[in-house]
Amino acid sequence: MLARTASYLYWIGRYMERAEFTARLIEATVRLDALSARPAGEGAWSSALAVAAASHDFEQTGETITPSNVANYLTFSEDNPNSLRNCLYNARMNARAVRTALTREGWESINRAWLNIDGRSAVGSAQGTINLLEALIAENRGFEGALHRMLRQESFYFLMLGESIERTDNTARLIDVKYHIILPEGEEVGGLVDRDQWGTILQTVSANTAFRWLYRDGLSARNVLEMLILRRELPRSIAATVDDTVELLADLGRLTGFQGEADRMARLRQRRIAATNIREIIGGGLHEYLEAFIEENRLLSQAITKQFRFD
Amino acid sequence: MSKRFFDEIWGHSRGRKPRPGFESIARWIRETPKKELRRRQDSAEAAFRQLGITFNVYSEEEQAERIIPFDIIPRVFTAEEWQSLSEGLEQRVTALNMFLDDVYGERKILADGVVPSDLVLCNPGFTPVVNGHRPPHGVYAHICGIDMVRTGPDEFLVLEDNARTPSGVSYMLENREAMLRLCPELFEAFEVEPVDGYTDALRAMMQAVAPESAPGNPCCVLLTPGHFNSAFYEHSFLADNVGIELVEAADLVVDDDIVWMRTIEGRKRVDVIYRRIDDDFLDPLIFRPDSMLGVPGLMAAYFAGNVTLINAPGGGISDDKAIYSFMPEIVKYYSGEEAKLPNVETWRCREPDALQYTLDNLADLVVKKVDGSGGYGMLVGPTSTSEEIEEFRAALKDNPDGYIAQPTLDLSTVPTLTEKGAKGRHVDFRPFVLSDGQKVTTVPGGLTRVALREGSLVVNSSQGGGTKDSLVLRPESEQPS
Repeated sequence: MLARTASYLYWIGRYMERAEFTARLIEATVRLDALSARPAGEGAWSSALAVAAASHDFEQTGETITPSNVANYLTFSEDNPNSLRNCLYNARMNARAVRTALTREGWESINRAWLNIDGRSAVGSAQGTINLLEALIAENRGFEGALHRMLRQESFYFLMLGESIERTDNTARLIDVKYHIILPEGEEVGGLVDRDQWGTILQTVSANTAFRWLYRDGLSARNVLEMLILRRELPRSIAATVDDTVELLADLGRLTGFQGEADRMARLRQRRIAATNIREIIGGGLHEYLEAFIEENRLLSQAITKQFRFD
Repeated sequence: MSKRFFDEIWGHSRGRKPRPGFESIARWIRETPKKELRRRQDSAEAAFRQLGITFNVYSEEEQAERIIPFDIIPRVFTAEEWQSLSEGLEQRVTALNMFLDDVYGERKILADGVVPSDLVLCNPGFTPVVNGHRPPHGVYAHICGIDMVRTGPDEFLVLEDNARTPSGVSYMLENREAMLRLCPELFEAFEVEPVDGYTDALRAMMQAVAPESAPGNPCCVLLTPGHFNSAFYEHSFLADNVGIELVEAADLVVDDDIVWMRTIEGRKRVDVIYRRIDDDFLDPLIFRPDSMLGVPGLMAAYFAGNVTLINAPGGGISDDKAIYSFMPEIVKYYSGEEAKLPNVETWRCREPDALQYTLDNLADLVVKKVDGSGGYGMLVGPTSTSEEIEEFRAALKDNPDGYIAQPTLDLSTVPTLTEKGAKGRHVDFRPFVLSDGQKVTTVPGGLTRVALREGSLVVNSSQGGGTKDSLVLRPESEQPS
């Protein structure tokens, strides 16, 4: 496979996953704020910006934090490199350039998602926003479906690899931001938590029902954190995505006959996460843990770029 | 309108009586409700948009990805019509390749005075740098798109030859797929020759023309200028369907006169390149030094015989409209027979008499640049204002060598879905001809372009043209009705 093709596929995987995550994030925030009995207000929206790594850029626009301003910025803004629109635009441009490596189905789902958002410029009512986001999430599900019907060749593994690296990053960032807002300093980690707030987090990683299956003893910060970081049963938990990355790199190694620095880094982090538990993570400082994790994930992505000669 | 144009379904009957053999298709057009045709056409266009079968209009933003309008009413050729067409195409393309091999080799045709030497050797399309470098298997124009027009039941004329990088074949294939899906009843009523053999034929041709030194299973690629190019969809479509890598210049590197592509596993040797980049941009070391689309050293690899370029550089000389005007002589010179497909009558303005005639009759003629394409840089006398004609007159006097003139043709029409139902609209036709040095293959079909505006003769997609499926009936499909 052409190195450029592999690189584009990897980034399609990342952008599509980022698009879905952003859509879920906005949707969950709208529900938390506009559609809940006790509106969460500005705090919910500024934390959404933080999760999307867009606080600084949003500040630059000079706009005030209102639900519609932030929702528009995260959904449509051309200036926000990670807006839903730009994620889909980039995914589509990459997909267009490497169409031959995608199935027709895979291309169509990306193209449809883009056509869905192209030309729109503002969110309407809360319900209207949710309708649009749900349509986009559905297209993304179509993409996932198409992806899983692909031949198990390099194309498939590079798309999945991008997706897994992006998932790790998104989940880690979500927990990091939300944790501080939800659990102010000094408060007991095992204590009761704000149901609405945690519900938002679970919804963003589509894990509401999963939580109830895994933890019959109720909603506690420790349980939620444990599930999101360590429970392999949850496909978007950090541990699960870390496993995925290792396996995908191994699959690529089998196909190409090459393994390298990226494999080593991925396996190392897998072993570390297997050897820890939630008490240790919280004890050592959750924020520091997640921050280091996000940085390590970035370095792993760089190692992948180098190993497969992306540039 | 002083006279009626020949309609390919209705002849000259003004929609009263179909030509023999076209009764069923006429009935289909007449009896299928217009609303239903419209619905199907919209559905085809929606599918094209979803598939991204788009072309870009230059100098506009990303929004300018357009689809070419598709017309649901197909054009139909009978088996006999196709038989004589394809024989003529084969003869013409064979001669065209022999001509190219000759002018870049022994130049016998020039020595024999059949074509004036200065017209060839001083032509901007003549590429001195490839002179004396015979391509692998002696084939220059592996893929030709021959533009044809029709003026009567048996009058098929060649309008121009495209031996550089003809485009449009993806429309032939996608239009058929849409028709099969949307109008299955047509394919039940008629036995239609399939077109989907094109990609197999293309693959076989590419493998057959690999350099002699290449391995039994040569590595073939399609080189695109990139995804911002207007024909990018076609490039990716072809690469996908032929099953070869779609590469950009940055994916290729030439080392020691060998072409390699950069893969995740390192370098892989490339033997055959179907390039969709013009000669000028192919290799900045030989052609335009500012080309960002080309591969430095590619021509050296080509000269060393290590890679086949499809089509071979230098073939553009045969696209020149002044050379075109000699095609009947060229065909006769190499095949020993009269050309089966006639040219459109052409006045070469480089000749004083022809220039005078052209200047005297500008209002009735079509005047074209010898190296123009895409419907640009031409004057259609009858539909131009007197200012436009005078402007052109000045340009023509200024550089007579740069122009040819042709009569305004009574292009045939084919029923086309309009706001007012099925109405005749003018069409042309581009079949695609493959040559591998051993045989010439023409897939039964092609690209029919239609001028959607009433009375318009300009079919170019950049100027409001659309496309139609082109059905070639099987011999047994003749219906006495």
